[in-house]
Amino acid sequence: MTTNLALALTIGGLFAAGVYLMLSRNLIRVILGFLLAGHAVNLLLLTSGKSGVPPIVGEAQNGEQVADPLPQAMILTAIVISLAVSTFLFAMAYRNYRNTRDPEIEDELEPDEFADAEAGAGEE
Amino acid sequence: MSWTWLLPLSIILPISGAALTLVASRRPRVQRTISVTVVSVQLLVELVMITQVTRNGPMVMHIGGWTAPLGITLVADELAAFMMVVSTVVSLAVLVYGISQGMADREVGPEVPISIFHPTFLILITGVSNAFVAGDLFNLFVSFEILLTASFVLLTTGGTRERLRAGAPYIVVSLLSSLIFLSGIAMVYAATGTVNLADLSTKIPALPAGIVATLQALLLVAFGIKAAVFPMSAWLPDSYPSAPAPVTAVFAGLLTKVGIYAIIRVQTLLFPTGSFGTLLMIAALATMIVGILGAISQSGIKRMLSFTLVSHIGYMLFGVALGSQTGLSAAIYYVAHHILVQTALFLAVGLVERVAGTTVLARLGGLAGAAPMLAVLFFIPAMNLAGVPPLSGFLGKVGLFEAGVQDGRVLAYVLVAGGALTSLLTLYAIIRVWGRAFWRPVPESTPVGGDPLETESGRSLLTRRRVHREAQRRLARQETARLPMGMVGATTAIVAVGVLLTVAAGPIYGVAATAGESLSDRSVYVDAVLDAGVPAPPGATPGAVPAPGTGAGG
Repeated sequence: MTTNLALALTIGGLFAAGVYLMLSRNLIRVILGFLLAGHAVNLLLLTSGKSGVPPIVGEAQNGEQVADPLPQAMILTAIVISLAVSTFLFAMAYRNYRNTRDPEIEDELEPDEFADAEAGAGEE
Repeated sequence: MSWTWLLPLSIILPISGAALTLVASRRPRVQRTISVTVVSVQLLVELVMITQVTRNGPMVMHIGGWTAPLGITLVADELAAFMMVVSTVVSLAVLVYGISQGMADREVGPEVPISIFHPTFLILITGVSNAFVAGDLFNLFVSFEILLTASFVLLTTGGTRERLRAGAPYIVVSLLSSLIFLSGIAMVYAATGTVNLADLSTKIPALPAGIVATLQALLLVAFGIKAAVFPMSAWLPDSYPSAPAPVTAVFAGLLTKVGIYAIIRVQTLLFPTGSFGTLLMIAALATMIVGILGAISQSGIKRMLSFTLVSHIGYMLFGVALGSQTGLSAAIYYVAHHILVQTALFLAVGLVERVAGTTVLARLGGLAGAAPMLAVLFFIPAMNLAGVPPLSGFLGKVGLFEAGVQDGRVLAYVLVAGGALTSLLTLYAIIRVWGRAFWRPVPESTPVGGDPLETESGRSLLTRRRVHREAQRRLARQETARLPMGMVGATTAIVAVGVLLTVAAGPIYGVAATAGESLSDRSVYVDAVLDAGVPAPPGATPGAVPAPGTGAGG
């Protein structure tokens, strides 16, 4: 495995931007942050395999180097999962916007109120 | 006869149940029948599995016939089977409780989209079982994602303002922990070229110490967030209380324990040298103390219980941090105890909410007289949580303290003291709830008594007594009207299983002890996985000594 400085810097940058956005209260920013950080992790997974060798086609001859397919399989799984999660997040952001007319998550209610009292009963 | 074919059933059953209930989303009765049947069959399967596993050693199945380091491996050793049985018992009870509540609430209407509850709940169960039998890190990650996504939907059921507000931090924190976990997996794979747990346990010792520490730290942080270990526990007490009672109950019972399970698995199998032990002990101490101090200061029962949940994670972490066989056994027994007790308490509080209309302590009172059955259902798990002898909480704590004293380090003694203090403070917190909600007379400001803001000053004792009696009668009438049989039955069942953990403590602690034993001896797990199909690849197993007679899947 060779390390690649450009890739490492990209991963770091994506992570930093993603985490920064996830710290926001604005749900749309959170989603964008999650997607960026997800890309960072996917790239990290990509670097964990052998790079610079051809993919598997046919049968490998003796001593021939082929790329490791497992990181790619893991990335594909991770992409599918982040698709499902972002779908949920978008639905949640939309619902929150419809409830509050505000893309941001609300402040906590007054302690006595949210002390789980009527939380169970949905008042819309 | 080989019983390995049972292994994937514990995942296939609930996931197909989820698909079927989704198809039948317009037929509530069909949905109910499917989910109860599926979870009951799953429980039977897991009971057979645990008897097989204790008799014949770990069950191993290589999905699609790809042998150990290459393919997806499902493994059930004693720990996994034990956890699965306990969690399915809890899921079944919560399912019945939720169904009963849903049927009783049908007139409430749009607030509870019950057609979504069944598929999501079954997917949650799938994720939990899959996490217990996952034989590789990536499969563990996928199961975490399955259960997390299902938990997001359950936590924000109905999409009300309050639930979205409370759910958002949970969701963001969970997503972040998943990203950390996946980064950890990427680094593990980069360092070793495998994600199979058994294979890793033979390859990690060969790595440089710095890399091992990095990998371990990443995985521990990821699991620590899920398990709500102290510096990473702030999301829990805020998000859990706002969900519907059955959802809170199953989350409190299962989700954090899956994190603890992952910590146990990784610490024993991948990093058995006991590194990070001191840090884990400090984290355990902080989790216990900070959690219970939070619990004492709460004004609502659900939030109080969420804080005790965090606090008692510290006990389990304590057992894991010790790393000794006795510590692990005690931690495993404590996990089972805590799953049952915490679920029982949240279910009972759901009943309190139905009877009294609130769970805010200031407005509660007189429940012991008005709803004696409910009082018993709350009192038993409450005392159990506080660790009053001879209940299972006491036994688990004694086991942990014993392991701590055996350890002999100063920090271990400090933890024993901290554990005892936490236990006393838990008793205080829980007695406070008991005294206010159940034992004292009905405060005149209870919502059932009319105007909630009426003050008592200036009233004669006689009037107060009369009001009290009336309120109590009203409460009693309401109890019969408002408590559906299924909810009470399910809560009673969980309380009974919790008591069974005390009555049958000998055999059950025995199972936990053998589970701890096979965790301390990694070769059992490793050989079962690597030898199940073909012999382990030569040169890949520097330290593993083949143990004869493990009889994988025999």
